[in-house]
Order: sequence, then C-alpha cells, then structure tokens
Amino acid sequence: MSARDNILKRLRERTDGPLTAPQSDFAVVSGRGWSQQERLARFERWITSVHGEVIHTSRDDWTRALAGLLEAKDIRRLALGREHPVAAEARAALAEGDVVLIDADRDIETWRHEQFHDTDAGLTSTRGAIAETGSLWLWPTPDEPRLLSLVPPIHIAVLDADTIEDTFFDVVEAHGWAGGMPTNALLISGPSKTADIEQTLAYGVHGPRELVVLLRHAEERP
Amino acid sequence: MSASEVQTFTPREFHRQAHDALGNPQIRANFRKAMDGLMAKRRDVFSDWDLETLRELGANIRLRALAKLPDLLERLEANCQANGIQVHWAENGDEACRIIREICQRHGAKAVIKGKSMVSEEMHLNAHLEEAGIEALESDLGEYLVQLNEQTPSHIIMPAIHLNTDEISEIMHTRTGTERTRDVDYMTAAARAQLRERFMAADVGISGVNFAVAETGTLCLVENEGNGRMTTAVPPVHIAVTGIEKVVEHLRDVPPLYALLTRSATGQHVTTYFNMISSPRKPGEHDGPNEVHLVLVDSGRSNIYQDDELLDTLRCIRCGACMNHCPVYTRVGGHTYGTTYPGPIGSILMPHMMGLEATKDLPTASSLCGACGEVCPVKIPIPDLLVRLRREAVGEGRGNVPGAGVKRTKKEVAAWKGFQWLATHPGVWRSSTAIAGKLQALMPSKLGPWTEYRTAPKPAKVSLHALVKQHKAKRHQAGKSDEDGGKRS
Amino acid sequence: MTPVKLYPPKPEKVYFFGTCLIDLFYPEAGMDGIRLLEREGIEVVYPQAQTCCGQPAYTSGYHDEARAVAAAQLDLFPEPWPIVVPSGSCGGMMRTHYPQLFAGTEHEARANEVAGRIYELTEFLLHVCQLRLEDRGQPEKVAMHTSCSARREMGLGETGPALLARMGQVELVEQARATECCGFGGTFAVRHPEVSAAMVEDKTQAIEATGARRFVTSDCGCLMNIAGRFEHQGKAVSGEHIASYLWRRTS
Repeated sequence: MSARDNILKRLRERTDGPLTAPQSDFAVVSGRGWSQQERLARFERWITSVHGEVIHTSRDDWTRALAGLLEAKDIRRLALGREHPVAAEARAALAEGDVVLIDADRDIETWRHEQFHDTDAGLTSTRGAIAETGSLWLWPTPDEPRLLSLVPPIHIAVLDADTIEDTFFDVVEAHGWAGGMPTNALLISGPSKTADIEQTLAYGVHGPRELVVLLRHAEERP
Repeated sequence: MSASEVQTFTPREFHRQAHDALGNPQIRANFRKAMDGLMAKRRDVFSDWDLETLRELGANIRLRALAKLPDLLERLEANCQANGIQVHWAENGDEACRIIREICQRHGAKAVIKGKSMVSEEMHLNAHLEEAGIEALESDLGEYLVQLNEQTPSHIIMPAIHLNTDEISEIMHTRTGTERTRDVDYMTAAARAQLRERFMAADVGISGVNFAVAETGTLCLVENEGNGRMTTAVPPVHIAVTGIEKVVEHLRDVPPLYALLTRSATGQHVTTYFNMISSPRKPGEHDGPNEVHLVLVDSGRSNIYQDDELLDTLRCIRCGACMNHCPVYTRVGGHTYGTTYPGPIGSILMPHMMGLEATKDLPTASSLCGACGEVCPVKIPIPDLLVRLRREAVGEGRGNVPGAGVKRTKKEVAAWKGFQWLATHPGVWRSSTAIAGKLQALMPSKLGPWTEYRTAPKPAKVSLHALVKQHKAKRHQAGKSDEDGGKRS
Repeated sequence: MTPVKLYPPKPEKVYFFGTCLIDLFYPEAGMDGIRLLEREGIEVVYPQAQTCCGQPAYTSGYHDEARAVAAAQLDLFPEPWPIVVPSGSCGGMMRTHYPQLFAGTEHEARANEVAGRIYELTEFLLHVCQLRLEDRGQPEKVAMHTSCSARREMGLGETGPALLARMGQVELVEQARATECCGFGGTFAVRHPEVSAAMVEDKTQAIEATGARRFVTSDCGCLMNIAGRFEHQGKAVSGEHIASYLWRRTS
C-alpha cells in the first residue's frame, strides 16, 4: 500500500468514528454596507498606513498623472504589458517621451537580468481592491505576468475607484472565484516590508520598495 | 546568542535550558519586549471586530475541514492534478525529505531557495538536502538570520525574535561582511541585495502552504517580504510542502482564516501579499515555474486525528498567538523547548510527533493560566489538551499518545492514592487537619522548591471545618436554626 | 470561558464549599465569606463531609484519583441551593471540569447538575446578593489580583474590582500586566520552580510599583504564592482574601 493509501485509510477508519461537519455563518466577514465614499476612504487609509501611495486621477486624464509620477520618481525604464487597455493607453501616452518602455509580455528567461537589474518600475492594471484591508487584487496574465508586480523596485498599479469592494469575502463571492482560479491570484496591500529586526519596520525587502496606486475616478477630480 | 556560539537544544533538557534562559538578561529582555508589543498590536487590530464571532467562525471552518479531511485531501489532489500540480504523499518527515530530494536531483539542482515553512523545519529538510550536496538557503529575513547564526527558529512566525538589533548586526557582519550598525534599513537593503542573486540562481524554490483549498486546488501563502512570491515564481521548479491538516473545503473559507491569521500572529490588518497558486506556468504564460509539486506530510497527524479530544490540536493555523501570550514562553524563549514548535502549541503537538518520553516536561511547563486558549483564533482548548497529555503521561488516559505512561512513578502514584484516601474519608481528613494545626510550630520551614523563593505556608491552628462547627453552635445558641444539609459523618 | 449566566434572585439558603486550601491555611477567609453571606440574610450550609474538589490530582493527570475525590463531593449538595465557592480555581474545577470528568459515567447527570449550581464567591456577592458595602476602614490604595481561573475559566475578571469599587475609602490601583499569571498553577510551582519564581517575582514587583501596601485576591493559591514571595523578600506589602478584606472593613 502506498503512503497515500495508508494515510487515507487511517483517516477514514477513525477510532472515534465519523465526525459531524458544522455549518458556517459568514455574516461577520461580509455585509459592511459601506458607501462608495467610505470604501474609498478606508482603502486609502489602510494602504497609506503601510507606506502605499495613492494618487487620485481620472479615467480620462490618468496618463498625465502617470507621466508626472514617472518624472517625480526619476523612473527612466518602465516595464509594462501591451494588450490591456491600461498598458495600451500608457504606451500611447509615453510613446513620445524619454521613458524607455520595456515589454513585459516576453518569456522571463529572455529578460530576467533586465527585469532584475535594469527596470526601474513595473506598471500593471488591477482587477479591483478591498476597502477593509487596503488591498489590491490582481490576476496576472500573459500580458501582465506575475513577476511584473514583484521584481522591479517600484510597482505602479492602476485601480478604478468603482472596483473597490468592502471585504475579501465579498470579492471571492461576487466574482465567483470558486468557478475557476487562475495560475496565480494576488492580494497586494503595500510595498514589501519586514519586522524581523527587533520588530522595527523596514520597507523594500524582496518585493518592491514602493507601491503607487493611480486611483482612477470616473469623473474629473479637482 | 552570538554568531560564535552554536547551541543545540532538546526537549529532554527543558529544565536546564529554562534555567539558562531565565538567567540570561538579554533573552529575558528581548522576549519581554517582543511579546508585549505583539500582544498590544493584536488587541488593537481586533478592537473593531466582533472577535468572538470571528473566532467561532474560524473554529467552525477548521472543524468542518477536519470532519471531511480524507475527502478534502482527495478533492485537493484531484483539482491540483487537473491544473498540472503534481501531488505526493509522505507518511513521515523522512519520506517527505526523500521525495523532495529526488525531485531536486531529477533536475540536477545544486541550489534550493526556501520560503518559510515550519513543516520543513519539522522534518529537518535543510540538513537532509545539504547531506545530498544540495544547498538550501532560507530567504525569509528572520530565517536567513537564524540560518546564518546556525540556529533554529525560536518562534514560528518571527524566527529571529530572540535576537536584538546589535546581535543581528554582529551576525550579518561576521557572516556576510556588512558594516556593524544599528541602521535597520541598511541591514535590510543588504539582505535584499544578498538574496536577490540567489533567487535568480536557484534551481528549485521550496515553500510551505498556509491554506490548501480543496475546492479549486489552490495553495495560499501569506507573507510580507516578497520572498515567498519570489521563491514560488522565479525558480523553474516549485515544491510546496504542507501538513495534511492545512486543507480547507471552500475558497470562501479562506478570507475569515486569513483575517484571523494576520491579526493573531503579528497584529497586522493584512500582510503585504496573499499569494494564491493553482498551477504551474501554462502554455502562453511568460513566467512562473514550469513544474509545481505539492508534498502532503502526515508525520503523526493521522494518529492525532483518531481521538475526538486530541483532534482539536489539528485546528491550528500556525499563527503563534498562543506563544505570544504565554507567560512561560515569554520568560524562557522558544529555544528552551527544544522543539520545532515551541510554546503552548508545541507542548500539545510535539508529544505526538516525538513521543512523550522525549517531551515529558512540556505538558507540565504551564500554569494552565489559559491565556493561550483565550487568544487562539480557532479556539483550540489548549489547557484542556495539556491536562489530557498529563493524563496520558501518567498512564491514566487512553494510551493513544506515543510514550503514554512514561511519567508514572510508584512514588507519585502512592502520593495521589494517599490524597484520594484522605479526601474520601472526611472524618480522617478533619482529624488530620486538626493535627496539622496543632503541629503548626513543628512544620518545616523548608519545603523544597517552594521555600527557595517564598515563605512556607503554615497550617492554621483551627481548620475551617472546626471554625464552622463552632460558628454554627454559637448561632444555634443564639436562637437561629441549625441545619446541616447533606450527609452527616 | 463559561457562557453568560442568568443569575437567580437572592436565595434563602446556600451551600458553602470552603476548598481545601482555605480549610488548611486560610480558614478565616472562609469564615469571612460565610459572614458576608449571612449578613445578607442567607443561611449558609457547610456540609462537614466536604474535603477537596480534586483539582490537584486532576491537573497532575491522575484523573482516576481526582474522579474518586470529586465523586465524594457530589452527594453533599442534595438540595437545589446554590453552591458558593470562595475560589475561582476550585469553582472553575467544579463548574467546568466536573462535567468533563464524569462524562459517560454513572455520575454524569449529578455532576452536570452540581456544576450548574456552582458560583464563585465574588460573583455571587455581586450578581446575586447585589452587595452594598459601607466602608469603615481607613483610606488606602489596594491592588486586586484576579486568578487566571476566575478570569478565564469562569469569566469573572470584573467581579473583584466591581466589589472594591463599592468601597468608599478604597482606591483600586491596577498593576502592570494585571492579567498575567502569578505563577502558582498548583503543582506547576513545584514542578517548574524557577519559571514559577520568575513569574511571582514579576508579579510582586508590579504590585509594589503601584504604591499599594495591600493586595487582595479571590484565590488562596495566588495568595499563598504572592504573599509568600513578598514575605520572603521582607517587603511591607501584605495580602488577604478579598472576603476578609471586605468583611474587615465593613463590620
């Protein structure tokens, strides 16, 4: 008998007999009932409390904010996708500028060194966010692969305000995650950090040292 | 603990190790400060939650998973395999080490990078790989420091919690050539640079698993640093290793447990990353490992599973809150226990994994204050389990824990039988207390370990039984009714 | 922790389970508890056949012996009166662990019935007697140590402080890490003496640092431990059972 068989047999032939599975009531992790305003406020409060940056912009004008951000942080080499509207619009807006655009939609084996050493920032879209914890959620794709939001020292994430939901539970249920999970799904809630040195917080360990959220509102914001 | 002292710890030497730790002001100070901070953070971060309801849900989700465990493991395996994840089963740590080593050798691996995995510590994986000529480097900063210092972790969440900044500076300086400094950002940046190259060069990445979701075949990992995502996405091969009890039934079961885990462990409302892996790199995708393996390890868990009371041990989600709140752990530190898992969870888990002979001092290393059970996010009745293990250790339990009966001594049995006899013969009890009261002046002032630190209690001249009798007599004389309910004797 | 109890109205009679520590070492504390109850017009019935709840054997793992001792207590309370216990430790044992100890035995029903009538003394004085206290003592600071059993097994972290709050001349001060164990733990103090000593040392330092010269507790195990340490150190801080403190200052 294999290890698998032995283990399953022991679990099934339980000395104290079968166990009853209790029902679960998930009310405590849902039903916050926050308004859009509250969601925005909470999202921003939590993500900035762990050194995430939030730049408010609009759907129409966000690439200007992006250009300004790249300049302010002296980002010369930006990795990004191609197909996603966020990537496509960014490419269009930055085409004439000085920022070198690096194609992220390539096998990592072809550009690993470049990604690790010669990329100042990675730009990705996001699927949505969670107000309760100040978290972005992403499902990486061939166009915007998973290392894009991890390896470059700065991660710029584009978030639409109306995709912020109350809780993680709400996101999982509302978007039917159980119907099929991607290769990799991520919650990103700030720049990389550690408290392993005498519980003193330090940022920028292995993941990006900076996380900037370009928060796009449907209407123009002052 | 400096870089030059390499100490090995064993649960058999608990008393000696505790003695050393108690007399070490650095350990006392490091742990007191760390635990106070963690307890305060947890209190704060839960302050706007209906915590009792959330814990009840957590307990409930874990019990449901345990109730369906064999079915869920099969479902997990089927869904993982459908997504291209290869699933392996190991009855014990040695088997798991062998499986992992063979995967590494199949790929000609020379260097393995590791994300944090307590179950890999349990099975001494790094040593096993090193013996086969495969370097295993820890990438979690705390684990990295502990590894540089040739130690084992002293806490399941914060492995380097026993080290302060100066000690860490010394370790990094001696082992990696950095400057001596108290600048935490400098040391962190140095560690980042040192490890970055190693992620790129590693042949295999090995990680643990926080939650394995049966419904979708998804492995969930919780982290702050990014080393977990690096470990599971950069090397061409990823091996995830987990105990068989870490399965949950549905994807929706994950958010409540994640909420409980981060807050209970470090008082964080959320960790930087929550990483959910369901397959290796698919055709058309551009990064991620080409192969993903899941190793399911039993190592005594299926034995614990047999017993209705002991089963609760398996609810554990490895948050560490129990040890953060334990007055014993705070004073002796994690190494004193000499086990992979220290503190309260260690004391109820390790006897099953190592046997009570090796761990017999652990279940008694507790005043049963209950602080652990009060904070456990999945409501494990830890004090009750400690008492159960004490019962097994003296041979008055069910005998289904390895080493049951190891602490039973003729002397102690006689003492408790004597106590039983005295306490079931009330007439003799009352006479004895009367005698003890009269001999008060002759009571020894030295009563072994008690009187080393405190004055000896003196038996009262007149016992409560006798005082009540006098009191009743007086009241009766004063005209009140005298009723002695229950049996007279 | 036991669920919230619905407290009964003040009864005419109660049983009193004195506990072995009080019987042997602090009988006046037991008497003061009885006096406090009698002053409320309650008749206190003290079955002379009582000895010990069995906890020392229970926590040592000697459950057969513990069960035999506990069984001998079960029949001492035949009338449906509340059973008042001046100890969170023994009260917790009888309320929480008697049902576990006798599950599946012939005594199961009786054990559950008795467990359901157990009240710790401060709990009873506060929630059932609605105790009014006229403090005739000198103004002073006092620190309260609530035992871990009272706090966590019985859910009674507030009852001692609430009673002290009703004492007009008493200023209740809280020591640092008030909810941390004092290190007694019954046999823990002798099985792991050094760790226990470290805990009681921290506890005495914390109490002393409040400036109080007196501490009270609802558990005589903790009392023996903390007072014993203060005495060993030659400190001027003294302690007593809260029942004694309340009785002394209000009579």
